[in-house]
Amino acid sequence: MSLAPLYPGLEMGRATRDAYGEALRALGEEHEDIVVLDADLAKSTRSWKFGEKFPDRFLNVGIQEANMVGMAGGLASSGKVPFISSFACFVILKGFDQLRMAVAYPGANVKISGSHGGVSVGEDGVSQQSVEDVALACALPGMVVCVPSDERLTLAAVRAAYRHQGPVYIRTGRAPAPLVYEREPEDFGFGRALRIREGDAVTVIANGMLVGAALVAHERLAAEGVAIRVLDMHTVKPVDIEEIQSAARETGAIVTAEEHLYSGALGAAVAQAVSRTHPVPMEYVSLGDTYAESGIAQDLLVKYGLTADAIVEAVRRVLARREAAAAAL
Amino acid sequence: MSTATATTSASAESLERLRARANTLRRHVIDMLAIAESGHPGGSLSAAEVVTALYFGGFLRHDPRRPDWPDRDRFILSKGHGVPIQYAALAEAGYFPVAELRTLRQVDSRLQGHPVAGTAPGIEASTGSLGQGLSIGLGMAMAAALDGADRRIFVLLGDGECQEGQVWEAALSGGHQRPDNLVAIIDYNKFQLDGAVEDILGLSPLAEKWRAMTWAVREIDGHDMSEVVDGLTWAVDHDGPACLVAHTVKGHGVSFMAGDNHWHGVAPSAEERARAVDELKSNGYGFRGTGEEVWP
Repeated sequence: MSLAPLYPGLEMGRATRDAYGEALRALGEEHEDIVVLDADLAKSTRSWKFGEKFPDRFLNVGIQEANMVGMAGGLASSGKVPFISSFACFVILKGFDQLRMAVAYPGANVKISGSHGGVSVGEDGVSQQSVEDVALACALPGMVVCVPSDERLTLAAVRAAYRHQGPVYIRTGRAPAPLVYEREPEDFGFGRALRIREGDAVTVIANGMLVGAALVAHERLAAEGVAIRVLDMHTVKPVDIEEIQSAARETGAIVTAEEHLYSGALGAAVAQAVSRTHPVPMEYVSLGDTYAESGIAQDLLVKYGLTADAIVEAVRRVLARREAAAAAL
Repeated sequence: MSTATATTSASAESLERLRARANTLRRHVIDMLAIAESGHPGGSLSAAEVVTALYFGGFLRHDPRRPDWPDRDRFILSKGHGVPIQYAALAEAGYFPVAELRTLRQVDSRLQGHPVAGTAPGIEASTGSLGQGLSIGLGMAMAAALDGADRRIFVLLGDGECQEGQVWEAALSGGHQRPDNLVAIIDYNKFQLDGAVEDILGLSPLAEKWRAMTWAVREIDGHDMSEVVDGLTWAVDHDGPACLVAHTVKGHGVSFMAGDNHWHGVAPSAEERARAVDELKSNGYGFRGTGEEVWP
């Protein structure tokens, strides 16, 4: 079932996992050092698109995430550029110690793709819905952590992952995502947020599926005369401190929005930057500190407050807090 | 089964020299740990013959002057707590000065408490969280196959380490992928930190478990240099994944440590160090032949 009703005014694109598979296949044409591993989810992560074209450089390791991550470390230390794919909750959570020892600690040139991020996985339920992965990946020293918002940004992110020397985690989604970009952004770079709407009232800093929701919120609030700035903070680590500082200074309040637990991911990264440089009121749109449940993606996003409506409410809360603080002076 | 052939390189040393070398490396281990006042003597000493044969018996084709040589063979010490014996071998082979062994476990040293890739030259993988080395070795074997190179990959595992699930993920994977350049060696010294392996989580029959994973397996006396050399020769000549189960004694080579699991993770005192070194000197230390005394 399409999520289009949640994103009025936006064209629906394909799922970011589809773009991942295509980008990988295209990269494989250009670079012979790319090796792709999957742990028996190639049909779902879309890494089969690479495997079909380059069977000699593709290995389905079986249902063994820990072994897959270790193998990637060995491939990287021998000069290959492994891209490994599974569901986000399996590759990051089951492979975490291996990501620490065989990838992050040696700074191995391994690219990790976790598909099925967030609750928009839907009916399969909590065991398949990854809501901790971004926080865990961010905890690993030297890991680049990227949560692309639409299919076009995903193409750019996968290409950038190949160019980047060192470990990169890209989180993709299962559900078709609203299109944020008319074409692949030319100025894409890890750690450089994309300012996709101008505004001076509040800045909404979002990634993944919540970027589309922020665009919808922008239209809705504009109709009320509230101009919000929207940043696509596709890279959670390293986070774009300069853009965050500018947002805090120029708009005076910030709302973060992500399809993830409250702790340790985008909201935390932005709050750290804001508190160090230019403290302003912040509100957080996230899953909070809970697990979701089975259901169709649209129902889950609504029930767990991961929609444009939730962003609009958070913007109103943060504006009220700022006004109250100003009145108290 | 194939017999010893010319697969070992020309730099192989004689059995007699290898036996003396093993005790030279043991002596370094004792001195290193005594100076560091910490570390794991038992599992370092039990691996001495295997590590010596790999580095000096011609099995590991390597070049200490070019630790990044792309076509070198790889040795991964998956049981990372035994790294003092590897540091001793690397120093004797010329990767870094023997005197640097004195810096083990100290701030700013390249010789970390467990192996760290890219820190000390010659260390290929970061280990110490048990269970991970064979997976890394599988990746290296896959890379060698993709490159059409005949690089050999040796992975030394502990027996207690074989209680980790990831070891069996990798064993299953190796049995399926069947790389012909991958050798797993188990330092089967029968003890782990808290006691006897068979009491805590038994592995017996260990060789049968690896055979069930479709690896070719040989059991050897891991302190008999002749058996170690023959076993490694068989393993590198074998087509497909090979596993050597090396029956060893924890702490072997120092009589008061041998078979006493107290010495799993306790460094010798100054007095114990002196006793151990005296014993090792009388059992072949001094092979280096330079007469140089590197230890204060």
